[in-house]
Amino acid sequence: MSALEIKNLHKNFGGVRAVDGLSFVLTPGKITGIIGPNGSGKSTLTNVLSGMAAIDSGVLIIGGEQITGLKSYEAIEFGITRTFQEVRLFEQITVLDNILVVLTERGVFKSLRSARGKMHEVRAQEILERIGLWDKRHQLARQLSYGQRKLLEIGRTLAIEADIYLFDEPFAGLAASMVKMLSEILIDLRAKGKVVVLIEHNMELIRSLADHIVVMDNGQLLAEGAPASVLSQHNVIQAYLGK
Amino acid sequence: MSYLINLASIFAIYAILAISMNSITGYTGLVTLAHAAFYGIGAYTTALLLIHGGVNFFVAMLAGIFLAGVVALLIGSVMSKFRGDYYILGSIGFLYIINSIMKNWDSVTGGPLGVAGITRPALFGVSFAENLPFLLLCLTLLILVYWLAKWIVSTPFGRVLKAIREDEEAIAVFGYRTKHFKLLIFMIGCGMAALAGGLFAGYIRYIDPSTFTIVDSVFMLACIIVGGLANVRGAILGTAILVMIIEFSRLIGLPADVAAQLREVIYGVLLIVMMFWRPQGLIGEYKL
Repeated sequence: MSALEIKNLHKNFGGVRAVDGLSFVLTPGKITGIIGPNGSGKSTLTNVLSGMAAIDSGVLIIGGEQITGLKSYEAIEFGITRTFQEVRLFEQITVLDNILVVLTERGVFKSLRSARGKMHEVRAQEILERIGLWDKRHQLARQLSYGQRKLLEIGRTLAIEADIYLFDEPFAGLAASMVKMLSEILIDLRAKGKVVVLIEHNMELIRSLADHIVVMDNGQLLAEGAPASVLSQHNVIQAYLGK
Repeated sequence: MSYLINLASIFAIYAILAISMNSITGYTGLVTLAHAAFYGIGAYTTALLLIHGGVNFFVAMLAGIFLAGVVALLIGSVMSKFRGDYYILGSIGFLYIINSIMKNWDSVTGGPLGVAGITRPALFGVSFAENLPFLLLCLTLLILVYWLAKWIVSTPFGRVLKAIREDEEAIAVFGYRTKHFKLLIFMIGCGMAALAGGLFAGYIRYIDPSTFTIVDSVFMLACIIVGGLANVRGAILGTAILVMIIEFSRLIGLPADVAAQLREVIYGVLLIVMMFWRPQGLIGEYKL
């Protein structure tokens, strides 16, 4: 698995420096927690890493390849997948189709054939069983509860066997049983040597899951390291917890 | 009997149009009002090649489909960069350009006077000159278009179209160059509309620019909104309902000019009512 190295990354919106000279490395086989106050640039960073926002300057290095510009449809070629802070499902199609659609061939003409349809159906069943939604496979995505919708979005990322998973506040609004299920999924991904990025506000979850923490403030790197040491730093407590 | 055959023929042609627009609007979420332009491209290409080029009707109709596909590729390349309201506005602009060409390129299109003397086809010794064989031709092509549209939406390609409709940015992150998918379905839909145009030219035997205006595009939109977005059968149902409404306004004996104006009012009222009452249409699977 490839590491993802972020070097001197900048992203501005007008005069606002959403990501300001950020550099750090995301390591395979580790869960990296990214924390920081609202507006610190966490979601912008996710958008840049997934090609949804253009890089203003700086470089991403994945598998030794330097990337200075990334389109959203190219992210998958570098093994990157993501969830969204606000759930973004394909609402008016079925739960099953929400998984099957990301397994479809990427080429427009290839997608007209369903040569691997059976294989994809088996894969979709595996995923939906894993997230407990197989029984709801024929329902429209919009008919699911909030927690189920979040799980389906996570299932969509699991379906494609990526190398780098970007989870933007995946635990928010989940019931305890779903938190447990999702925690197991993240631990599994770590065991498989994936790069797992977890943006999260719940410090208890960060402490229990993350191997490494990156703290952002005003688009900059405030601190990074092991959770216990970073979360006890005075500047982190001041910036993030306001104490 | 002759009346019913004519009614069924025009229904079949409009149903092809509705299915074609539904592929773009219902399944992909791209609301286009340019469809009458492609309908017109098909009709004019068929008529002009037939009359001035001496080309077989079916070859002329295929040429119309091809030309509509090429124009759709060019226009669609620009339009596929747009979303939502911008897409609708862009499509209206394109319709006006094409309609203006039909009206003003007198030496080719006959200008406002249009093209007359269109003959009906024959194939392998079978003549479609009479109304009944021509109806059978229209129905056969409707079945083919129906099958094609059903097949497209049943493929993984169709699934990606629906995902684009739901959240284009989100599906792009999974590696899909959405512009290519939008472009291909736009070309296919416009090609189907051109097929309907060719049939219409053969059916009516006279075409002029007044048939290919925004009113006609709104009629097609009304058909799919009434019948049901993202449902091929819904497009046919909606067409049947709208065609019956047109015929009803004739049957109650209104003067032709009043009936024409009344029809436009009815399309508008139907669109508003459906948006309030049932935005996905009678048997639709997607709400705009």
